[in-house]
Amino acid sequence: MRKGEKWFGLLFTFCVMAVFWVLLSGIFDAFHLISGLVCCAIVAIISRDLLVNGKSENKLLKSLRLIMYIPWELWQIVLANIDVAYRVLHPKMPIDPLIIEFETTLRGDFSLLTLANSITLTPGTITILVEPERGKFWVHAIAKEPADALLVDQTMQRKVANVFIET
Amino acid sequence: MVIVHVVVTVLLGAGVFFTLVGSIGLLRFPDFYTRLHATGKCDTLGAGLVILGAMVYHFFQYPETLLVPAKLAFLILFIFIANPTATHAIMKAAYKTGVEPWRLGEERR
Repeated sequence: MRKGEKWFGLLFTFCVMAVFWVLLSGIFDAFHLISGLVCCAIVAIISRDLLVNGKSENKLLKSLRLIMYIPWELWQIVLANIDVAYRVLHPKMPIDPLIIEFETTLRGDFSLLTLANSITLTPGTITILVEPERGKFWVHAIAKEPADALLVDQTMQRKVANVFIET
Repeated sequence: MVIVHVVVTVLLGAGVFFTLVGSIGLLRFPDFYTRLHATGKCDTLGAGLVILGAMVYHFFQYPETLLVPAKLAFLILFIFIANPTATHAIMKAAYKTGVEPWRLGEERR
């Protein structure tokens, strides 16, 4: 890690935690602000590698794309809930569970986490296992259509790959 | 003020509806994995909508304390990260200990 990145990570962690402290405390007198800043500095020095580890590039672009991705994901969550509500309340309960496996080209920790959580939140599918080395996913699907959405369409894989700029 | 109350009521009602559906699904679905489908999804949106309703209400009723809606927004964010992760962890534990998934036509467990 270069020296500039180290200082950037330290400062960035400190700023994020200071904002968070002010938000959560809501008390603006000198004692609380100063003690908060001291605590933020100590934690930032100890754990600066956790938030910014300096490995990946294009952080700003990725963050922007992630923010663009979130509204689509929220809409998928609403669809997922309507789907589950339909299956629960339908008298015949139209479910046909199956477990599917597929491989993706994603390798990064954060992109795999995003895809796994997205799969769990979108209609009819839950991630069971992820194998990071090969980007392999085991997914439990509640019926055939949601499984096909992951296996055939692959909209979500392409969207996540686009967010993290991994082909 | 009336329109705020209508919006808040709709949000809270939708949240309660989805939480209720999640609970019914927990009782109706046939096995462990499908039950997690009901709770893992519906609880996320249900709790999110209820908190969103509280946020809107507080924002218009007590505009002098904007910190409370901000804290509630963080609550929604953390629920939306933690809930799928926990669902996935339970699912993985069940799969690794060899809980057999239910197939169509079998008896419910």
